[in-house]
This record gives sequence, structure tokens and C-alpha cells, in this order.
Amino acid sequence: MDEAPAAGLRIAVLVKHVPDAQFDRHISGEDLTTDRSESILSELDEYALEAALQLVETHGGAAGGHRITAITMGPAAAVAAVKKSLQIGADDGVHLSDGALAGSDASSTSRALAALLQHSGPFDLILTGMASTDGETSLVPAQLAERLSLPQVTFAASLDLGRAGDGWMLTARRDNDTYAETIEAPLPALVSVTDQINDPRYPNFKGIMAAKKKQITTLSVADFGLDASEVGRAGSWTSVEAAAPRPPRSQGVVIMDEGDAGIRLVDFLAGQKLL
Amino acid sequence: MTTVLVYLDHAGASLAKGERELLSLGASLGDVAVALAGEAEQTYLDGIGSYGVGTVYRPASAEVSDVLVAGKAVFLTEAVRAAGAGIVLLGNSYEAKEIAGRAGVRLESGVITDVVALDGDLTATKADFAGSYTVDCRVRTGIPILTIKPNSVEAAEAGISSSPREERLAVDVPVAAARVTGRTEKPASGRPELTEARVIVAGGRGVDGDFGPLEELADVLGGAVGASRAATDAGWIEHSAQIGQTGKTVSPQLYISVGISGAIQQKAGMQTSKVIVAINKDADSPVFEIADFGVVGDLRSVLPQATEEIRKRGL
Ligand SMILES: Cc1cc2nc3c(=O)[nH]c(=O)nc-3n(C[C@H](O)[C@H](O)[C@H](O)COP(=O)(O)OP(=O)(O)OC[C@H]3O[C@@H](n4cnc5c(N)ncnc54)[C@H](O)[C@@H]3O)c2cc1C
Ligand SMILES: Nc1ncnc2c1ncn2[C@@H]1O[C@H](COP(=O)(O)O)[C@@H](O)[C@H]1O
Repeated sequence: MDEAPAAGLRIAVLVKHVPDAQFDRHISGEDLTTDRSESILSELDEYALEAALQLVETHGGAAGGHRITAITMGPAAAVAAVKKSLQIGADDGVHLSDGALAGSDASSTSRALAALLQHSGPFDLILTGMASTDGETSLVPAQLAERLSLPQVTFAASLDLGRAGDGWMLTARRDNDTYAETIEAPLPALVSVTDQINDPRYPNFKGIMAAKKKQITTLSVADFGLDASEVGRAGSWTSVEAAAPRPPRSQGVVIMDEGDAGIRLVDFLAGQKLL
Repeated sequence: MTTVLVYLDHAGASLAKGERELLSLGASLGDVAVALAGEAEQTYLDGIGSYGVGTVYRPASAEVSDVLVAGKAVFLTEAVRAAGAGIVLLGNSYEAKEIAGRAGVRLESGVITDVVALDGDLTATKADFAGSYTVDCRVRTGIPILTIKPNSVEAAEAGISSSPREERLAVDVPVAAARVTGRTEKPASGRPELTEARVIVAGGRGVDGDFGPLEELADVLGGAVGASRAATDAGWIEHSAQIGQTGKTVSPQLYISVGISGAIQQKAGMQTSKVIVAINKDADSPVFEIADFGVVGDLRSVLPQATEEIRKRGL
């Protein structure tokens, strides 16, 4: 086990409040915005938080002087994503909440989050999920790395930290279709993690009680010098022109196997000209 | 005419299907130039030439590929500038989307990912919320950068024989970048790429460790083999075979779901398939709600019988 440096690691985990996929999800209103009424902490961001907790535990634990800050950007209700992160084990939280942020695309989300991270940092490590389960673009982590000039380690399926001189060096594995890569980067760095990296823990009673005492800072964009015109719909480089629910797939035929289902299946495929 | 810059990243002898689709789409929108990041053989370059491509931009040094994404994003930015491109097209792999995202920041240009259709005025159509919504988007600022899903456009046969001019671009790879320190090739299956396949046979926990019957059916149908996360997590098949929210999104002509319950995260990756067939021994499995043809039965008898029947009919 490595020894923690005097100052400890400062880790930011980006957590998003997203519509729960277990319910029907909607895009509505004149502005074509996502309906966020049944929302939860994005499941994919739980892997990022778990990765942060495991790094801290591996490198000296509570005595190490490390600090995990859960950060979210979203409307008032989005603070729930930070609260849950605090229950699971983050040390403090930041909620960026500002009416001007409504309708942000990836470019303006990454602009706001980059400015926020600079304001609330410095951080040694910024951890994100592999994609938000609503937007699903995976653009935000790459754009943050670009905007903050940080080494980008995305889609990490494993993550380790070791000491390198006065600093830290991280190593990660990334799986592509045809090959696996090993990646190395000095801190500070930005890392997005996949759902292969760990098994996220649940909040327990002790964590839920402890979270009540943890601090959440609420900020608006003016607090770190961004103008409302740079964020939200106004600052977005793309726009949504139209959105329509797809007609649900109609249910087809379901047969019980009575010994000939394989043959009836082939009949169906032949009928559909799929052979 | 607008110059359309198509970003390709390949190391093979011939163009992949998705790459031919990108070049065809590009040719329908303007004059095509190519930014080619990887090393390529002459036959591959000839393939590019057959689409009437004027210029192929390549990085002056192989260093762009030694770091993760950052180098290729700078390379693409330089190529956009050198070509004076008005539209940029990329594939839809994770890495292509990230290159698009970073180049977008550098060029102050909007990026739209997962595009399935593009009309003449560059309105891009994509599916949202696991395929339950269709959304039209536009780039409002800068040069439209679009990542196109495979199977979205016809790959036209090119047939023009031209040799594109090659231009090497100096690329300043950012110092603050993650280094790739090792690459291990994964064994190739010999079957079609999942995202390009016409037919996919996908197995889940119900397969119980033996993908043999699925592979045999896939082979008589010329298809690819995919899996649910339960099956890849169990180690029965490569992680790259995973279909779903955190795996691949596919929309083949025919998707045969075998021993998969049909959780929302699995559906996210396959419910835009043209025809869905489900085989599951539990009649209450949610997968039957989206199946065009469902069989309530044991895969261990249904699959071999179907495979045998297809062989018998000499199809
Ligand atoms: C953040 C997150 C991301 C995820 N991403 C993905 C993803 O990308 N892709 C994905 O697939 N899942 C994903 N999942 C997991 C998903 O929620 C389900 O757990 C998973 O899809 C279940 O896989 P399964 O259907 O194979 O297994 P099960 O749900 O266990 O279903 C197995 C099925 O096999 C049937 N069966 C058993 N024996 C037989 C037999 N002999 N013959 C016929 N049928 C049989 C059973 O009736 C059952 O319906 C994700 C989950 C989370 C939380
Ligand atoms: N509004 C947000 N607040 C906090 N984190 C975010 C937000 N949007 C995106 N992220 C982070 O960026 C990751 C990828 O999101 P995306 O690029 O939208 O797919 C998510 O998993 C989060 O970690």
C-alpha cells in the first residue's frame, strides 16, 4: 500500500440527476426539455463514486487527508444526486443550480462544469461516469479534459494510483473492440469509468446519518464569473428542433413450444424474407 | 461546393462497411476530403480514392496515436482547417465521439452524436431515451460535426478511380495527455461486426455458459453473436459482445434474443432492430413485449431444431 502524501488527494466526482429509466421518460414543453420529475442519481455515476471511495481506501483511508467532493449541475431537485453521494461516502458537495443553465447541450454543460471545477478546486482527480443515462453522449468528459487541459483517461475499466516522485501516476485499462489498452497519466487528470470497474456500494444507516452533517455548497454561474449568455440554451452550439415519442413496438405472435417451435420459427423467418 | 471532411481511423487493408457509408454520405453532401489518423495499406488508400476523394490528410508523426484521444482531436482540428471543411463526419464509436467532442471545443463548433439520418439542410435525427424518442437536432454554431451510426445510410459503390493527394499535417500533441503504454489484440471471431451485422443472435443468462447453439444458428444465418451484460459479466463471452446501454447499440434486420429477460438496459441497445425474435422459457419475460415473434420454450431444443431446419431447406 502506498503512503498518502501530506496533503491528501482532492477528488471531484461528477454526478448527474437523471430521469429514472424504470419509468416512461418524456421530452416536453415548448423548449423540448427533459421531464425530470422521476429522477435519480445516474446509475453510471455510482461507479465513479465507488472508484473514488476505493482509491481513498487503498491510499490511507480516512487518515490520509483525502477529500471527495460530489458535484452536480441541474435544477433544484438535482441536489438529491449530491445528497445520495454524501450518504454513500463523499465528504462534501457542490450543487450548481441556475435557471440560466436550462437547455444546456454538451458544449455548454462542459463550459459550466469546467468553470465550476476551476472555482471549487484545484482537484487532483476528476471522476465521471461513462455517459449520462439520459443524454448518453459521453461528450462531457472529453470536452472537460479539453477545456481544462487535463490528461483524458476515458472508459476506464480499471483504475490504480501509485506514487511517482512528488506526485501520483494513474494506470487504467480501456477495452476497445479489437484490443485492450493500458493507459498511464500523471495527476491531475480526468477519468471516466465504465460499469465494468467495480460494484457500487449502497448507502447504509451510518452513512445516511453522517450525511446530514456534511456540507453542500449551492452556486450560481455568476459566483464563478460566467455570464448567463455563455450557458444553457443560449450558450449551446446545438439545438433540439423537434422531439416525438416513437410508437411503441407492437407485440407480435408468441407461441408455446410444442416440439416444433424451431420449425415454426424458420417458417416465420422465411415469411419475413429473412433467410 | 462544401468540403466534407470524413474522419477515418483504420489499420486494415480495406474500408470497413461503416467507413464506406461515411464516404457515401459525404459524397452526397459535397466534395469529400479525408482525415486519416491510423496507418493504412495502399489497398485501403485506393478504396478511399474510389469515392472521388480529393485530398487525404494524415498526421506527420505516429505520435497522435500514442496518447488517448487528445492527439487525434488536434489532428482532426488541423485537417478541418487545412481542408476549409464546412461539414465533418465521423463514425459513432466511443473514441470517434470523443474526438468529435474535443475537436468541437477547439473549433467552437456544435457536435451531434448517434445520428441515424441527415437531411439536406443538415437537420440530424437521432434516437433518445433508449430508442423511445426520435429527436431532430441542428448545429447552430460553427462547423457541424456529426457522428453517424452504422447502417444509417446506404454504402454506395464508388467505382471512381482517382488517387487522392496526400498531405501530411504537423500535429502538436498536447503535453497533458494520457499515454497508451500497451495494446493487446483480442482474438477475432471471424463473424461480422455487431454494429454492422444484418443478423444478430444474442444470448443471456439463460444460455448458462454454452454459446455453441447460438454460434451455430448465427453461422447458418451469416450473423454475429451478441450478449446481455449478465452473460458477459459471467465471462461466457467477450465483453465487446455486450449489447445495451453500456454495450453496443445495434439495429440489425433481425435480432434473435435467446435466454435474455429484456431489462430496460438491454432493450436500450436493440429495440430499434427491424425484426425481433425472442426465445425464452418464461412466458412472462418482458422481452416478449417487444418481440415480433416469440417462442416460449427451452433454447436447448428450439435453437438446434431451427438451425437444422435452415440447413435442411438448403438456405
Ligand atoms: C448501469 C447498468 C447498465 C447496464 N447495462 C446493460 C447492458 O448494456 N446490456 C445488458 O444486457 N444489461 C445491462 N444491464 C443489466 C440489466 O439490468 C440486466 O440485469 C441484464 O440485462 C440481465 O441479463 P439477462 O437477461 O441475460 O439475465 P436474466 O435477467 O437473468 O434473464 C435470463 C433469462 O433467461 C431465461 N432462460 C433461462 N434458461 C433458459 C432456457 N434454457 N431457455 C430459454 N430461456 C431461458 C429466463 O427465463 C430469463 O428470462 C445494466 C445494468 C445496470 C444497472
Ligand atoms: N449536469 C451534470 N452534472 C454533473 N455531472 C454531469 C452532468 N452532465 C454530465 N455529467 C458527467 O459527465 C458524464 C458523461 O455525461 P454525458 O457526456 O452527458 O454522457 C456523466 O456520467 C457525469 O459524470
